Amino acid sequence: MTNPNKKRLRRSMMFLNCQKPGLIKDPYIYKPDSIMLDLEDAVAEGEKDAARYSLYHALQEIDYHGVERIVRINGLDTPYWREDVRVCVAGGADGIRIPKVESANDVKKMEAAIEEDEKAFGKESGSVLIMAALESAMGVMKALDICEASDRLFGIALSGGDYTKDLQTSLTGGGVELAGARQHMIIAARAAKVQCFDTVFTNLDDEEGFRAEVEMIKAMGFDGKSLVNPRQISVVHEIYTPSEKEIIFAEKIVKEIDDKKSQGIGVFTVDGKMIDIAFYDGAKRVLNLAKASGVYKGDL
Amino acid sequence: MINKVGRDIPEEILEQTGKEVYQGYLYKDGTEYVKHGPVTKVVMDHNKSKLVDSIHDVLVKCGIKDGMTLSFHHHFREGDLVVNMVMEEIHKMGIKDLTICASSLGKAHDPLVPMIEDGTITNIQSSGVRGKIGEAISHGKLKGLATMRSHGGRVRALLTGETIVDIAFIGAPTCDDYGNCRGIGGKSDCGVLSYSVVDGNHANKVVAITDCLVPFPNFPAHIEMTRIDYVCVVDAIGQPEKIATGAAKPTTDVRKLMMADYCTKFVINAPYFKDGFSYQTGVGGASIASTNSLMKIMEERGIKMGFGVGGLTKSMCDLLDKGLVNCLLDTQDFDLDAVKNVKNARHFRISAGAYANPFNKGAFVNKLDYVILAALEVDVNFNCNVVVGSNGIITGAQGGHPDTAAGAKCTIVISPLLQGRIPAICTDVTTVTTPGETIDVVITDYGVAINPLRQDLIEAMKDVDDIPFRTIEELRDMAYEIAGEPEKVQFGDRVVGIIESRDGTIMDVVREIKPFTFSE
Amino acid sequence: MEILKPAVAGTLESSDAMVTVEPTDNGIEFELNSTVIHQYGNEIKRIVMETLDRLSVTNAKITVVDKGALNCTLKARVECAVFRANDQKENLPWGGAIR
Repeated sequence: MTNPNKKRLRRSMMFLNCQKPGLIKDPYIYKPDSIMLDLEDAVAEGEKDAARYSLYHALQEIDYHGVERIVRINGLDTPYWREDVRVCVAGGADGIRIPKVESANDVKKMEAAIEEDEKAFGKESGSVLIMAALESAMGVMKALDICEASDRLFGIALSGGDYTKDLQTSLTGGGVELAGARQHMIIAARAAKVQCFDTVFTNLDDEEGFRAEVEMIKAMGFDGKSLVNPRQISVVHEIYTPSEKEIIFAEKIVKEIDDKKSQGIGVFTVDGKMIDIAFYDGAKRVLNLAKASGVYKGDL
Repeated sequence: MINKVGRDIPEEILEQTGKEVYQGYLYKDGTEYVKHGPVTKVVMDHNKSKLVDSIHDVLVKCGIKDGMTLSFHHHFREGDLVVNMVMEEIHKMGIKDLTICASSLGKAHDPLVPMIEDGTITNIQSSGVRGKIGEAISHGKLKGLATMRSHGGRVRALLTGETIVDIAFIGAPTCDDYGNCRGIGGKSDCGVLSYSVVDGNHANKVVAITDCLVPFPNFPAHIEMTRIDYVCVVDAIGQPEKIATGAAKPTTDVRKLMMADYCTKFVINAPYFKDGFSYQTGVGGASIASTNSLMKIMEERGIKMGFGVGGLTKSMCDLLDKGLVNCLLDTQDFDLDAVKNVKNARHFRISAGAYANPFNKGAFVNKLDYVILAALEVDVNFNCNVVVGSNGIITGAQGGHPDTAAGAKCTIVISPLLQGRIPAICTDVTTVTTPGETIDVVITDYGVAINPLRQDLIEAMKDVDDIPFRTIEELRDMAYEIAGEPEKVQFGDRVVGIIESRDGTIMDVVREIKPFTFSE
Repeated sequence: MEILKPAVAGTLESSDAMVTVEPTDNGIEFELNSTVIHQYGNEIKRIVMETLDRLSVTNAKITVVDKGALNCTLKARVECAVFRANDQKENLPWGGAIR
């Protein structure tokens, strides 16, 4: 059975360094949708082991109040990743973010490891989800294969820093260097019916630039964004909050479709627009977003 | 004897001090008393000069002797040189058993510790103490008692004659040869001399100490020549870079910004947020952020503040510059912007007495709608501790905390739920400085609690759904859930200090610290 | 487990603790320096002793310099120091001796 959390709301996915007890003790007060506890880049080479103990006890003992707990493990090309997976599964992480994925095989390798560990630690099969970070030209080109590699995979994320290096360019701030990857990845993700997440925005002083980027990726269809600072959460949530007009329209569509379905009518109009069953999921998504944003109190 | 905030005040302390226990914040309302007047040595002969060459000579002229009470102000904050300069001279002269009555003492005064240890100083009365003096007192090194009193309480003590100051030393940024003092100008510009006004009025001998002698008359004077016995010119009375710094950068700490956001939402949803409202806030990151976001809402809604009062920072002065507040009433300047802004025509200096003294015919704090405060600890009865640190050592100051809390219609305390591992919201504070009956709202990063005594505020907030309201007990439980329930600090028996209520009764006592020992 | 060589884990940052273990033959020698010793000294000692017990460490000199770490962090630092003292970095007993 597919993990019911696979399609949960993930507008904001905030990175946290596992080695910093002060950071991982209560990030839920900022209300991100997901946190990404980092064992990879944020943790120094000599502290990889230390970070795992902190991670294990954080996963086991800290009540994250419903915030999803993803762990970014070390890459499959490092000596650390296998023990990272063990601690994630044993600790009860909700998901694992694999860095530098370049093929469907990478995902399958991870899937096998998780399955082995779920058995070893007596966890239910399928409890730990996967997300794949694409950080190279090859990874981006293989996006569709990667998206379809495992039923555990809930989404793919762009990692802009490494990707632009691979393209032999750098982050310009304008986004032109990422345009192709973003477009390609969102199309692949939608084709495979998984989620798609944008890369981090690291210049914390440029709030306008951040807003513009979030508005753009929302318009492109992205489900959310990787974040580096809690300051960014409320901006993302605000931009992803549906307008009152959108909510009212979505509410009407859901009501009408539920109503007309029972009467056997397939096509009808709402506010002068032709509506059919294909609008249903989108309208539901709008209402879910509105609920999560605290602007919709209805029961649809 | 158990007082109104549930603290057991030992009988011997009541006997020793002749004080009553705290019996509620309006217990002394309507009291009548005759103000204490100072000994005044008249100056009629125009040939007599008030200028004295050295601290030593001025001490001799004032008749310094064992057992005297000496007073100082803290407008120079951590840049103060006056206290140490005077006390070092006294120490050399071998005078003993002195009482220091300062508006506050800080880390700048660490050099007083040896004088506490050798009995030069045996009693301290201050808003609070920080640094090594606090440690010395908490380790029982002061022979007598440390009395921690609020800014308003200090004025009361001098007015009633409970404390009689023998010699007051007023560090004056500018002064003329006849003693007209101003807080502005010179090398140690601190803007105002509010805390010293009462010393000028009620001390038996008053000495102005300056490093900037200006032509007569230095007017308008903040403390007039009619109160000053002697003027002493020295090389430096302060270190300017430590008196007032550049305004703090607006905080980017999301935790503080969240608390600021809750605070602003609470303020605008409370019934006092209308044209002409009055407001005081502190220097913490969350308070300043809240003032800045309040400013935006005031502009949007066309609401102006009637007055802002207390210690001031750039963010309050910005309100004045934008025409969003009718006037500022200044008792202390925390940054260079505030020092500069005091020259604005609608930025008035007021004395600590007018600001906060409970024993006059009504102080400014009584006219406050909102005050935003901080605290080290708040207990489930809303009692606050701002003086004793989690290690049991005296480390803070009452300041205007109890005065404004008692006076304001809506007293808001902002504190993160946990200070490191220490729960700021707890079952019992280590020491009570401000009574819970005067605290209306506590804002933390985990939620906001309204004092059940304020059903009117609870009612006013019932439709506000973007503030996470909790009971104070729920906040405490959250803190204990995360950090574990804290054990109490281990104190010895000896009382080393008292926390005096602003009306002069005893709120709590501070005991000598005991080294920690494991339970097994 | 035996403490084969001295090992350290953790930092002196706020909310963290630095734990040092050293070999000894005299049972457990415990030393604590904490910014919250009054409130949590006994609790910290209990957590450290329980963690050593779970790891079957019977002889060790353990020094904790605590900056207000929560219990989960204290356990993590003690475990890390002990496994470092044994040079074991893989196939750790998650959910067993570590829990």
